Amino acid sequence: MDMNEIKEIFFQECEEQLAELESGLLKLNDGDRDPETVNAVFRAVHSIKGGAGAFGLDDLVAFAHVFETTLDCVRSNKLEPTQDVLKVMLKSADVLADLTNAARDGGSVDESRSRSLVKELEALANGELPSPSALAEAPAPKGAAKPVAKAVPAAAAPTVKPTDDSGFQPVPFSFDDFGGEGGADSGMPAYEVIFKPRYELYSKGNDATLLLRDLSRLGEMTIYCNTDDLPGLEELDPEGAYFFWNVTIKTDKGEDAIRTVFEFAEWDCELTVKPVEEARADATSNDELPMVPVPFDLSILDESGATEEVSAANARAEETAAAVAAAETASNVTQMASAAARVEKKESAAAAAAAASAAAQNNAAAGAGQTIRVDLDRVDRLINLVGELVINQAMLSQSVIENDTTGTSSINMGLEELQQLTREIQDSVMAIRAQPVKPVFQRMSRIVREIADMTGKSIRLITEGENTEVDKTVIDKLAEPLTHMIRNAVDHGIETPEKRAAAGKNTEGTVRLTAKHRSGRILIELADDGAGINREKVRQKAIDNDLIPADSNLSDEEIDNLIFLPGFSTADKISDISGRGVGMDVVKRSIQALGGRINITSKPGHGSVFTMSLPLTLAVLDGMVVTVAGQTLVVPLTAIVETLQPEAAAIHSFGANHRLISIRNSFCPLVDVGRILNFRATQANPVEGVALLVESEGGGQRALMVDAIQGQRQVVIKSLEANYTHVPGIAAATILGDGRVALILDVDAVVGASRGQSLKAEMSLAAVG
Amino acid sequence: MSYAVKNLNEGDRELIAFRIGDQEFCVNIMSVREIRGWTPATAMPHSPAYMLGVINLRGAVLPIIDLAARLGMKPADPTARHVIIVAQVRRKVVGLLVDAVSDILTVTDETVQPTPEISSELERQFARGILAIDKRMICLIELESLFPETESEAA
Repeated sequence: MDMNEIKEIFFQECEEQLAELESGLLKLNDGDRDPETVNAVFRAVHSIKGGAGAFGLDDLVAFAHVFETTLDCVRSNKLEPTQDVLKVMLKSADVLADLTNAARDGGSVDESRSRSLVKELEALANGELPSPSALAEAPAPKGAAKPVAKAVPAAAAPTVKPTDDSGFQPVPFSFDDFGGEGGADSGMPAYEVIFKPRYELYSKGNDATLLLRDLSRLGEMTIYCNTDDLPGLEELDPEGAYFFWNVTIKTDKGEDAIRTVFEFAEWDCELTVKPVEEARADATSNDELPMVPVPFDLSILDESGATEEVSAANARAEETAAAVAAAETASNVTQMASAAARVEKKESAAAAAAAASAAAQNNAAAGAGQTIRVDLDRVDRLINLVGELVINQAMLSQSVIENDTTGTSSINMGLEELQQLTREIQDSVMAIRAQPVKPVFQRMSRIVREIADMTGKSIRLITEGENTEVDKTVIDKLAEPLTHMIRNAVDHGIETPEKRAAAGKNTEGTVRLTAKHRSGRILIELADDGAGINREKVRQKAIDNDLIPADSNLSDEEIDNLIFLPGFSTADKISDISGRGVGMDVVKRSIQALGGRINITSKPGHGSVFTMSLPLTLAVLDGMVVTVAGQTLVVPLTAIVETLQPEAAAIHSFGANHRLISIRNSFCPLVDVGRILNFRATQANPVEGVALLVESEGGGQRALMVDAIQGQRQVVIKSLEANYTHVPGIAAATILGDGRVALILDVDAVVGASRGQSLKAEMSLAAVG
Repeated sequence: MSYAVKNLNEGDRELIAFRIGDQEFCVNIMSVREIRGWTPATAMPHSPAYMLGVINLRGAVLPIIDLAARLGMKPADPTARHVIIVAQVRRKVVGLLVDAVSDILTVTDETVQPTPEISSELERQFARGILAIDKRMICLIELESLFPETESEAA
């Protein structure tokens, strides 16, 4: 494993820590005063600092340190986590995320912002409460600006030593827990445990790692493995005991509890348990050189099968920096679990229910830590293979049915079982890619904070159902339209505090983001309690922009939906509209590109609700299987408004080549799919076919003529571009039950082509191959 | 395949020879992924004449090219006896419809004679040389030249 890989792991872990940090801060913001929440927040920053130190990311370390100092004040109850304090902290979390990104991808961060936050954090740590005005103006006065790296107060000088040129500084931060301010302030007595197994311990079948794991259940611990006694390979006795561990543990269980852990091994090891102060006093009186410990990766404690020697040797061999990061995370998980257990035990009846649920959540979080990182390509490959398996299974079943006239029951039973198995495999594989929408929702809370700050509004974001799971590709593409809509909601939807007060509303606006599953799709709802859409203005604007005729009579719902029209947003004076309308056509298009639908309902004076219905995965699509000129095509179901059998009387010729179909007294152009895709030279007779009424992104309706409808089916989407090229009019391909490829129609392109934009022009370039 | 390659001398290369009509062609074996029988392809709209359509190759969509038509010869009328050579061309995988696969050749660079001076632009565009083996004439084709880079750009 080279340094870059280790660094990559660190950054991935940073992401997790940042998410943890943000959700913890938001919990605190919601009035959660559980010490474990504060601890989790503290640990997140601490871990980032630790890892960043190992990689010599000085800016990150400096900022994290100041942040940590302030958080420590909260942890030790010196600072009350009021809304104002949390505001600063949430912003600091944002900056920390920016700094992490900058460290990973290069690029820069807004230094004035981090500088002013450093000042605010220091002020908080020094017991100065933030004034609301200081919060409003983010950048600090120029004269006071200091580089972040130097802004670390001397008094709280980090126990971190600056990394040397080689970038190798094995144990930069964990000394904090050895009873520096950080350790002493946590309120729990700390003990130093030296555990030195003898040869007999192993020969009796005891496992040092198991003992250490039991120990870790008592409280927060920092652990080092001393490998100084490890002889060279030629002298190594594979059954020997060469390592000892130096553990600092913070626990309220007392010294005896620690000794109890080692009860069985008492005679086979040297054990010293001392309160940290004492241990430290001893160390100084003896004037010994401090041991240079090798950090011990607690995660190996979970692998029951690993022998102590192998693990420890690995720990030594591995780059120390990685171990630091890994140990931090691993200990976090253990700590979390143990803390949850503690909460469960001591709470009184009144608080028991709440505590239990919190504990359950914490446990769930600890359980969620049991994950592996997998390259998305590998999962995709697996999904492809399973898709193929499903198709093959269907083909096999079909040929057995066709050929097996006697119908022996064993074959049929076997096939049935195979079918069940493949279906289960398919579901499980799809579930691998499913992820909770939480990360996207968390990003939204940051956007709400930023826009609210910019517009001087006070907004509260409530998220619900953030554990609802969706396919990763959907999640990735969800962020952009959602960001857009949240911006709109905060900027235009919610009124200024003065206006809200005048309207008799709470001055704090509420934006509610909800996710839930409904009938095989995910429903995402964005609701605000703002002013709602000003229909008169929207209507007027649409008329001004020639989107609707001046005398048109539209229902309220139709007016609300005008904001999705392209061209509605091209207006220059966007903020004139008190409702919405900034780029909503873009939002609608990206939702449609995801195979989704979006709807708006608005109540003047009470706010608006946007509802998005999205497929759970982009790998599968609901389609209408149709035949056109002997070819089988799939039309995405989301595009189809209705299907109808045209009657001769409803078809009208229009000019030389065009035909219209009258549907409930409106005329809709007929588009022969077979003709437009060049599958046949002349137009088919519409009366012999079926018309699919579709709605394109441009809002226009078209009647697509196909020869016959075979039925509705879920199809697995396969890329055409991977091996071929983009084909105009075709969105992708799929494989049908008989193993043949069927093409999925690109409805928007076909409708566009029917307006006169040629499909062929695009093709000429692509067809060179 | 690596064990076979190990026995080759420096400069040796292996080629797969195949037949289209009464002519023989060959391509570098390293770009060939597999060889399979013909299955009916799904036609693609607006595709060039040599593009037979796409088939399902274990879950991937594989375009099939009538190599005869691509080389400007009489288009094939695919039957169950025809063979598809699945080949990797740059980052894409394509199927080449040929009449039959005939041989695996091990040749040195010296065996490959330069393409004779002929007037046809098409032949000179794809031929990388000519091999004379056992009185047979085999034309060495470079697959990349059949699928110009512009295609991937357009995609």
